[in-house]
Amino acid sequence: MKRKYWLLFASLFGLMALAAVACGGDDATQAPATQVAAATAVPAAAGQAPATQVPAVQAADPTAEPAMVVQEGSRLDLVQDRGTLICAGRTDLAGFGFLNADGDNAGFDVDLCRAVAAAVIGDGNAMELIPITASERGPTIQAGEVDLLSRNVTWTSTRDAQWGNYTTTMFYDGQGFMVPTATGITTALDLDGATVCVTSGTTTELNLADFFRQHGMALETVVFEDTASVYSAYESGRCDATTSDKSQLAAVRSGFADPAAHGILPETISKEPLTPVVAHGDDQWFDVVKTVMSVLINAEELGVTAANVDAMQSSDNVVIRRMLGAEGEFGQSDLGLSATFAVDVIKAVGNYGEIYNRYMGPNGEAFTLPRGQNELWNNGGLIYSPPLR
Amino acid sequence: MRFLTLGGVPLWRDARVLRAAAQIISVLIVVIVAVFVINNVLDAAEKRGFSLGFGFLEEEAGFIISESVIEYGAADTFQSAFLAGVLNTLKIALLGIILATGLGVIVGVARISSNWLVRTVAGVYVETFRNIPLLIQLFFWYFGVFLLLPPVRESIQWPGPVFLNARGFFAVWGSASSSFSTWIWFVLAGVILALAVRVAAGQVQSRFGRATHPNLSALAVLVILPIIGWFLMAESPLVRDVPELGRFNFEGGLRLSPEFAAFLLGLVIYTASFIAEIVRAGILSVQKGQLEAARALGLNELQTMQSVAFPQAMRVIVPPLISQFLNLTKNSSLGILIAYPDLYFVSRTMINQAGRAVPIFLMIMGAYLLMSLTFAVIGNIYNRRVRYVDR
Amino acid sequence: MSAANTPEVLRPPVSKSGPIEWVKTNLTSTWYNAVLTVVMLALVIFFLRLTLSWVFFDANWDPVRSNLKLFLVGQYPDEEMWRIGVNALMVSLLMGVSWGVWRGVARTFGRVIVVGLIVIAVLPLSLDDLSLEGRIWVAANPGMIGLGFVLARAPFIRPKRVVIAWVVAFFVAILLLRGIGGVAFLPEVSTTLWGGLLLNLILAVVGIVASFPLGILLALGRRSNLPAVSWLSILFIETVRGVPLVTLLFMTQIILPLFLPEDLRIDRVTRAMLAITLFSSAYMAENVRGGLQAVPGGQVEAAKALGLNGPYVMIFIVLPQALRAVIPAIVGQFISLFKDTSLVVVVGLLDVVGIGRSIFLGNVAWIGAQREVYVFLAAIFWVFTYSMSYTSQKVEEALRVRRN
Repeated sequence: MKRKYWLLFASLFGLMALAAVACGGDDATQAPATQVAAATAVPAAAGQAPATQVPAVQAADPTAEPAMVVQEGSRLDLVQDRGTLICAGRTDLAGFGFLNADGDNAGFDVDLCRAVAAAVIGDGNAMELIPITASERGPTIQAGEVDLLSRNVTWTSTRDAQWGNYTTTMFYDGQGFMVPTATGITTALDLDGATVCVTSGTTTELNLADFFRQHGMALETVVFEDTASVYSAYESGRCDATTSDKSQLAAVRSGFADPAAHGILPETISKEPLTPVVAHGDDQWFDVVKTVMSVLINAEELGVTAANVDAMQSSDNVVIRRMLGAEGEFGQSDLGLSATFAVDVIKAVGNYGEIYNRYMGPNGEAFTLPRGQNELWNNGGLIYSPPLR
Repeated sequence: MRFLTLGGVPLWRDARVLRAAAQIISVLIVVIVAVFVINNVLDAAEKRGFSLGFGFLEEEAGFIISESVIEYGAADTFQSAFLAGVLNTLKIALLGIILATGLGVIVGVARISSNWLVRTVAGVYVETFRNIPLLIQLFFWYFGVFLLLPPVRESIQWPGPVFLNARGFFAVWGSASSSFSTWIWFVLAGVILALAVRVAAGQVQSRFGRATHPNLSALAVLVILPIIGWFLMAESPLVRDVPELGRFNFEGGLRLSPEFAAFLLGLVIYTASFIAEIVRAGILSVQKGQLEAARALGLNELQTMQSVAFPQAMRVIVPPLISQFLNLTKNSSLGILIAYPDLYFVSRTMINQAGRAVPIFLMIMGAYLLMSLTFAVIGNIYNRRVRYVDR
Repeated sequence: MSAANTPEVLRPPVSKSGPIEWVKTNLTSTWYNAVLTVVMLALVIFFLRLTLSWVFFDANWDPVRSNLKLFLVGQYPDEEMWRIGVNALMVSLLMGVSWGVWRGVARTFGRVIVVGLIVIAVLPLSLDDLSLEGRIWVAANPGMIGLGFVLARAPFIRPKRVVIAWVVAFFVAILLLRGIGGVAFLPEVSTTLWGGLLLNLILAVVGIVASFPLGILLALGRRSNLPAVSWLSILFIETVRGVPLVTLLFMTQIILPLFLPEDLRIDRVTRAMLAITLFSSAYMAENVRGGLQAVPGGQVEAAKALGLNGPYVMIFIVLPQALRAVIPAIVGQFISLFKDTSLVVVVGLLDVVGIGRSIFLGNVAWIGAQREVYVFLAAIFWVFTYSMSYTSQKVEEALRVRRN
């Protein structure tokens, strides 16, 4: 008799242990920086574990009154309850999402996530990054597993219909080609019959096919599932050229053994507006993220930086005071955010220009890329956002 | 509770009732789980706005597939893309099966050779490649060998001409000229006649005991007829197609991409090590008495192997062999790691570009299940034919 | 009998031995054997020279040497590594006790492990790559094995208790690795940080242990004479066996979140465990079915004659015999499952292969190191699987001897 009970207790204990493993508790308190062996960044490795709570998403009632309160069960509500923002991103592309020397997540896209975390929770570091491959982007945001997808995702009409809601374009890019300078090719129209290495599951794939078809050129491809293999194969001579967003080409070239031996061709064969994505079905969350992006852009327009944001709260400019919550409203309570959330955001990551220059500016951590189209609208570029009022 | 009985036995103890109840309950559980799951999927589909239909198959795919048996371009439909993937899988599976069986039989026989050196080398081969996961072997062959071959301009050249470089394997090949279609009839006639000769000679041999060498005669017919046809043609049916270095790549000739070559090599070497063990076990399973009787009858080692050992060994070899064939076909799903566009890789790309995870996933499962069903049917047919019939 | 009539006595054949005789019989018994020997010898020498010269002279083993910890446990936090050490010691202790209790069968395995561990502890690597603390942890394990061996003589150690101890140890090990939120010295280590060889081992062990009861249930279901149950089991088994493991992994990673309600979320490693368990249970079901068929029908009849009813017959008579018969097959399945765990790199988990690739793909310092890393990975797997299959052969022999 005793043996039977003993076995029963042992198996119950075992089941509890397995349950404890499977449904871990809140990992938000886990320190994000993990010790990685000295001088070895493991780029494809993850930061922190995903938390187990995924908020139940409710479709916003289209006939709701203009003043929206925090809906019970909305994603904003759940993110604030959870205390962490779950972001899908990457850790293997210099400048946009990579692991810095301390093993922490860094990059342009990562900082956008930090901005949203600062706005919603008050702390830019209350964020977990889940690295995913290019072909997992759609299914991941469709399944609603993450709060925000910020992984240089190109905004296209099909993706807007299928994957989720595209917030504000934060990086205007275009697709280009990279070839070894030794081949002497100076224009993409010379690539008839070339073999091109490309990542699968991207708009790059599709644009490449379109471009060659349109110009009646023959094309051979080598398609890899992970980006790192693409450039490794290109460097080893498997293909004549490789193609991707020009910013990615610049980033990758900086990591080659001999960067000067590779050149980026002048043609830009497509528009690539890189935009953070949220899942369908939650208008309030959509508006929250768009507003945070607006804050970043408006802050640069108005000259508010991380250094002077405190002083700016008592600025002469009423627009600045309104944005920083010192007076008036621009929709914070309707969105369910604190009145001074813009201060938290700018303190956490700075304004748009600061984020850009941190990684891709003249003293950028990753490489230098002229802002070009990514200048503010009043400086000759395309970065424009609605006024905050 | 007298009334709750069936023939005097209370319901809760009646075997028939329990049987029926158990079946109903288990089916009910499965149905409930299925309904729950399907409900969730439909919910998610509605909320997130992705569709679950198969209508997308007629839409333009837009992406390129690096190599394909059929003509496929970016403008073709998703249906064609999936078909291209399936054909790629079948291509590598069939070639892999043929080559792996060949190599496996050789190594298996070598494992029981009387020559110590041959035996040991075969043993080392089997133990090495059996114990290393296929994944690592594939990575090694592709990233560690084929991609590190010299660039196109500095290809390794062998007589033929045959070129080997990082872009693939290029060999001189034959391309069909105008008389090819006529010549094909000669080849076909040769095959049919060879089969007829084999059957007839075999019958003559078994009935009248005259040595007619059925296999050799059939082989002779198979070879001689096409050769006769070749010389009869006005112009030679196959024209030499030599690979020539163009602007970027070699053009012409037979071309094997590094992805295909590495994949084939890895699969063949890995599966052959398993087949070798199966063959060895099969040959060892033949009773010693049979071999001794064959020696007593005066058959030499080759004849013993061919007429006595192998046919009996086949009964033990074929079932696990067919399951190894199925394993090879399933292992072809690893093409995604070395850029070979097999069925799984193409489907994953489709999921990304078409946004339909669930329907495409069902298509993947369906395709693989169909293939495994085919192998199971073949296996069953064979088993039924060679079953020991108790007399 | 005169001397002329005695038949000539033939002298017994002289069987010579010695190296030259050996060469004659084994290498050159016929002319084609001789040719084969010469050709083989040439090939072998060529390959050996190629490989050995590369291994010792051309290859740069630095990327492997400097990242040993990553290979073995992935990104498991350094300050929590003691948990892995404790797990290893626990397993060693149990292995020592098993060695003592089940002499012959566990002996080979025990010997292999002890030798292997001592070799690792004294590997001639710099202290940077393999610290003194690490070496002490490794060297303590043979000590624990010895301790367990000695403990086995104690009266309270009985075979059934040792089996139960193994089962409990499995759960304790997982608990230790995972940690419990809120407890001071046992903080949670999220499964995303489990990587390297640790992840492969965990996936394989959990896969086999969890698929064991599932496989038995499926096998019994398949043999049941309730048609509904039998059909459902057959459907499940044939479906899972007919698709590659990669598709199952993909299903649990991407499709499963759609199947479940939104607020239920499973982390990625658990999803992989689920896929591997499902996959393994179908093969386990087939193995158990083979074992059930091997139990003589007379056993069931005798049990029924003794008055045991259906479930009792199954649990006390048939299953024990069946399971004992399939132990070799199960060991074989564990070995192939361990090899298959390397496939989780397809779904983005960082097992030992994933770590290897990230080392030379992402880090500028180690960019050309593919061959070295892959050869190292191949060697790790080879060592593990070969020793496991060697042990399983010995186990098979021991079981066969005992039965006869």
